[in-house]
Amino acid sequence: MWQIFHKLGSPKWFFGIAATLMPWLLWVGVAMLAAGIGWGLAFAPQDYLQGNSYRIIFIHVPAAFLAQSVYIMMAVAGLVTLVWRMKLADVFVKAVAPVGAILTFLALFTGAVWGKPTWGTWWIWDARLTSMLILLFLYFGVIALGAAISDEKSSARAVAVLVLVGVVNIPIIKYSVEWWNTLHQPATFKLTEKPSMPPEMWVPLLLSVLGLYLVFGWLACLRMQTEILLREGRTRWVKELIQARGS
Amino acid sequence: MSEPLLQAVNLECERDGRILFRNLSFAILPGTLIRVEGPNGSGKTTLLRILAGLNDSYSGDLLWRGHDRHTYREEFLRNMLYLGHRPGIKPLLSPMENLRALMAGRRSLPDKVLWQALEGTGLDGFQTVPCRNLSAGQQRRVALARLLVADEPLWILDEVFTAIDIHGVAALEKLLVERVENGGAVIVTTHHDLRLPSMHRVTLGGGDGYDH
Amino acid sequence: MTTEFTVTLRSPDTSVGTATAMKAVFIRDLKIALRQPQDLLNPLLFFVMVVTLFPLGVSPEVSFLQQAGSGILWVAALLSVLLSLDHLYRHDFDDGTLEQLVLQPQPLFLLVMAKSLAHWVLTGLPLVLLAPVLGVMVHLQGNSVAVLCLTLLIGTPVLSLIGSIGAALTLGLRAAGVLLSLLIIPLYIPVLIFGTGTVTAASEGAPVGGQLALMGAFLVLALTLAPFASAAALRISLSNS
Repeated sequence: MWQIFHKLGSPKWFFGIAATLMPWLLWVGVAMLAAGIGWGLAFAPQDYLQGNSYRIIFIHVPAAFLAQSVYIMMAVAGLVTLVWRMKLADVFVKAVAPVGAILTFLALFTGAVWGKPTWGTWWIWDARLTSMLILLFLYFGVIALGAAISDEKSSARAVAVLVLVGVVNIPIIKYSVEWWNTLHQPATFKLTEKPSMPPEMWVPLLLSVLGLYLVFGWLACLRMQTEILLREGRTRWVKELIQARGS
Repeated sequence: MSEPLLQAVNLECERDGRILFRNLSFAILPGTLIRVEGPNGSGKTTLLRILAGLNDSYSGDLLWRGHDRHTYREEFLRNMLYLGHRPGIKPLLSPMENLRALMAGRRSLPDKVLWQALEGTGLDGFQTVPCRNLSAGQQRRVALARLLVADEPLWILDEVFTAIDIHGVAALEKLLVERVENGGAVIVTTHHDLRLPSMHRVTLGGGDGYDH
Repeated sequence: MTTEFTVTLRSPDTSVGTATAMKAVFIRDLKIALRQPQDLLNPLLFFVMVVTLFPLGVSPEVSFLQQAGSGILWVAALLSVLLSLDHLYRHDFDDGTLEQLVLQPQPLFLLVMAKSLAHWVLTGLPLVLLAPVLGVMVHLQGNSVAVLCLTLLIGTPVLSLIGSIGAALTLGLRAAGVLLSLLIIPLYIPVLIFGTGTVTAASEGAPVGGQLALMGAFLVLALTLAPFASAAALRISLSNS
């Protein structure tokens, strides 16, 4: 059991596994994403209230979903860094933090684009948008702290502490922002409390969510591989790998 | 009495991709003085910080009286005294207040004893002057006053002779010798030419430290 | 110089207790701060000046100030605490007292808690005491001033405790001050929301007991969790130096 765990933490072992997994993640993910978004944009029925503009949810919802999951995944990896000192966990955190930030930005951006026809304005201090904005701040903090500490091990552990502190705060922030929102704008138009979606809408949505998860998996593997090469550049297996590729 | 207080087993430390030391094993026995030697940048300070428990980016084991140090952390800290490069002296406080604050977490001693300890390090008459008005050597002496009232069996001293004048150095050498003769264990780094009987050595810094 | 010495290990019962050690840390920090009163005054002056900017920069109208007053005071207090955080561990780090603190045999998170409380007494508490004067200047009505002070009284210790984590994480880094703000501001948002929200609710005549209780819960949560995170962060920062 412990040996497997130890092996899991070995960058060399991960490098090989990632190489076999990546094509699958990429192609299955892209196929699902294309099917979900294509179906959603072209074939799913119009919304009875919002017409065609709602179709942005096929991008907005997956991005928002994943943006939040990535932070949770980072927190789990942070815990692993602190408890077991596993190098790979930190490689994961460093590799996916910018991806999480971009996804959060994408969710905010599509939210704003969606807001224009729905609310008549690009930005509204809606509870969800505000929470996402704060999540973006949390991502920026993680990236900035990671970049500021040059020592690899200290950087790993400091970032892990920050991510864990952040994850404890996320529910508190969400709750406070919702409370704040009801205090200031009691009657906003709630997009999510509509009667249940018909299957023609939620099936493509589910497809694009799952597809984006897989594509994220591919991107995470790719970025982790790069990070590993940067960190382990001096070790023998990386040198051999480079020679093998070069010849 | 020959049970080691602290034992290092296969210590390895890497910093910024450079191996400072590896497979380093030694034991600190009661009644011994160990001097850590090596050129600048060979990791002397890092080693002492690792031994003291301030730096934990190392691999290998550290045993406190035969047990894993992590599980006996409190007992270890109660029995170890560390003095680092930075003396741990607050410029706004007087030597007396500084010494009292440094001892507060360890031992409750009457002020009279602390006062005498400061006298013993040549700070008589300066006990209530704010430390920022003292010289670097005098500030260092405030930190050294702790050694006169310390009863911890293990001392880890990093560059303690820095900024101390000749008389101070002689007194400090004498103190360390007495300490060791009485069964204490001391591990030091210093650029000062120490001439003490029965000194053990740990030498760091062979090769360029890079992993080929 | 002649000390009788044999190797006898010290057992916990001959040593100083945790409460005594915490008290010593607390008193030492207060004593040092009181010897340099200007450093204590600066965050307070900053607080007053930031509040002054709003009537000048936005509008001095009574109706605007009444509505925005609690928010202005809270934001100014938050920034002022943020500004003072950089010093929380920096001097101790530079002069080596932090090393000695970490090597004390008592649990580090409790010593850190004592330091955070000292920080609050030196920065948060004076802000609370100054708030009524500024409350009058922004025309807060009726019991709003009292509620504002109460929220600051409960909220500012939370700011010190959470801020301590950021100060510990950024210790010894370049441009630590800006980085510290970047890390900590998102974590301050819930306290800010409930702090100002409670005052707004009070000015509208709504009961505020529940919200104050919730802020109390924040305080309890910060008091129990933040010192652990700060202690871990301090160990990491020292390990890196």
